[in-house]
Amino acid sequence: MKMKRILALLMAVLLVAGLLAGCGSGDDDYDIVIGVLAPLTGPVSQFGTAVEAGVNLYVEQFNALGGRQVRLEFWDEEGAAELGVAGYHHLMDLGVDAIIGAVTSGVTRAVVPLSYEDNMPMITATSTHEFVTVNEETGAVFTNMFRSCFIDPFQGQQMAHFAHQVVGAQTVAILYNNEVDYSIGLMQAFVAEAEILGLEIVAIENFQRTTVAFQGQLTNIMAHNPDALFIPEYYQSVALIGPQSVEVGLETVLLGADGWATILDFMDEPSSIEGAYFLTGFSAEVDTPLVQSFITDFYAANGFMPNMFAAQAFDAAKILIAAIEATLDDIEAGLEAGADWRDAVDVATFRQSVIDNMGATDIEGVTGPITFDHLNNPQKGAIILTIREGEDGFEESFWGYFYGR
Amino acid sequence: MTFVMQLINGLQLGSIYALVALGYTMVYGIVKLLNFAHGDIIMVGGYIALFSLTAFFLPPVLAALLTVAGCTLLAIIIEKLAYTPLRFAPRLSLLITAIGVSILLQNLAQIFFGADGHAFPRAQLFPVGWVYIGEIRLTYASIITLVLSVLSMAVLAFLVKKTKLGKAMRAVSEDTGAAQLMGINVNHIITFTFAVGAALAGVGALLYSVHFPLIMPTIGVMLGLRAFVAAVLGGIGSIPGTMLGGYLIAFLEVGVIAIGGSRWTDGAVFLILILVLMIRPTGIMGRTMMEKV
Repeated sequence: MKMKRILALLMAVLLVAGLLAGCGSGDDDYDIVIGVLAPLTGPVSQFGTAVEAGVNLYVEQFNALGGRQVRLEFWDEEGAAELGVAGYHHLMDLGVDAIIGAVTSGVTRAVVPLSYEDNMPMITATSTHEFVTVNEETGAVFTNMFRSCFIDPFQGQQMAHFAHQVVGAQTVAILYNNEVDYSIGLMQAFVAEAEILGLEIVAIENFQRTTVAFQGQLTNIMAHNPDALFIPEYYQSVALIGPQSVEVGLETVLLGADGWATILDFMDEPSSIEGAYFLTGFSAEVDTPLVQSFITDFYAANGFMPNMFAAQAFDAAKILIAAIEATLDDIEAGLEAGADWRDAVDVATFRQSVIDNMGATDIEGVTGPITFDHLNNPQKGAIILTIREGEDGFEESFWGYFYGR
Repeated sequence: MTFVMQLINGLQLGSIYALVALGYTMVYGIVKLLNFAHGDIIMVGGYIALFSLTAFFLPPVLAALLTVAGCTLLAIIIEKLAYTPLRFAPRLSLLITAIGVSILLQNLAQIFFGADGHAFPRAQLFPVGWVYIGEIRLTYASIITLVLSVLSMAVLAFLVKKTKLGKAMRAVSEDTGAAQLMGINVNHIITFTFAVGAALAGVGALLYSVHFPLIMPTIGVMLGLRAFVAAVLGGIGSIPGTMLGGYLIAFLEVGVIAIGGSRWTDGAVFLILILVLMIRPTGIMGRTMMEKV
């Protein structure tokens, strides 16, 4: 009987505490409210939860500085376009000031036309599709939409420049997967850029998703004796192509893209890709204090290492909040202390000012220095990693930032 | 020189295909079952070899023997649990069961070992290196593949043609009922055939892992399909025909790549399957069999 009474009391206390907590998160205590569209459950939830962790970390650190306070409103869009649209309306009803998201290109592309109508400041950390910031039909820029990740063609262009400038190649061959859009897109961008640079493409060979024997293609490539071989593909295939290129006796500089990340975990003979270069959006090998403290803090908060998506989300939050801060600084300069900025400015002016400030971004992110081009795509230094033999065997080591153009 | 290199590429790929295709042919010859789980037995063999080297640090010879033994045991278990209860069921049920076993093995592998690939430490199995013949680089792996597969096929041919067990196998294949009347234990012979096919799969798993040192739950699928096409092309049920089919499919594949059509390799292989089934369903060396009434 006594137990029951204690339990009832406990429940009552919890209920009241819940009510109080509800009060605490009201708009009154926060200066900025940001909505986040991300798939927190469902088939692509690993991307969504990485983005969630990255955004959370930045906001916690920002709030800990003691200045303006930011509150996040998450909406789980499960990777489905219609849920993304529903989430957008929900966040707008809540009256958020800006939005981070969505995560996959499909969802973001479904939301962008709506947010463009509202001129809502928006930034995605992970949607790499070319037509996220540009209307595919009209070619008009979605001026309110930004992103902190590379677009797919960018990687192909950068590696063409890298082959030309750093490797000093005159002739290049390409080996790509003709069943994967990522691989095809990078190949096409590489070829287009190589043409501009006067880099001669001597062979383009392809393979399928299930291919394991690449000797035929590599033998063809060898007959052309290229200075470099570009392989825009995921690590599973590259882990087989490496040793097989040695077996057929192909000697050339291997070039890759971000699909190569963690390749060494899947290779028993890393010497076969020694001296290869590949580009990536984020690497724990970048030994700047900014990146290293991000990794330490992220690990402390989450218990696992940040991946590229988490790092890009961290940067997306940083870009957006910096833009909002700049806008609020302007607004509040004309206000007397203690007044709420929301009473002093109309929503349309606020949004346009945040968008203008985002466009003028020039920050040092954990994924590199970031500015935006006229299509709202980031102009970052590409992180180039190279495979070389270190003290503990072969490693992916940071070659440097590369600015192709 | 490129031509000779492509020839060698075809030869080593063909050896693996032929070895795997023989497993299909053996089982089909006896119970008229297309054992679609055969490729996945090779996948399991790859994991056995991998873990005997990396987790249990077995010497290479022991690891190889364990792989072959493991594949054989697995095939016997599958035969007893999945196929024996269906011996008198329609052949379609058996075929569907084989596909089911294939999916089951893949998913079990995914649960136990994860969907990501595991690097195979092939250098621990035998030395990685090569010799030069003229300007052509010939790897130890391709030499051993050629030797081992030709040897396996010779042993198989001897077993089937010259031993009493082989005679019994041929008898069961020819006419199960009559063989039983002659005092042959048909069940034992069928199990034995599965075991032989799986032992070949074990050897195939070792050769596969050495050539393609990344073990994943799905590696058996495409390998199995290619080998199946090879068996159909050569004449499923015929041992020399199947070997021929294995080499032909590999040469076709490499040939298509060599003339610049690398995007058509899958297409060419499966086009062959369709053509064979349309024009000569028994394959190059298969016998035309009358349906028994």
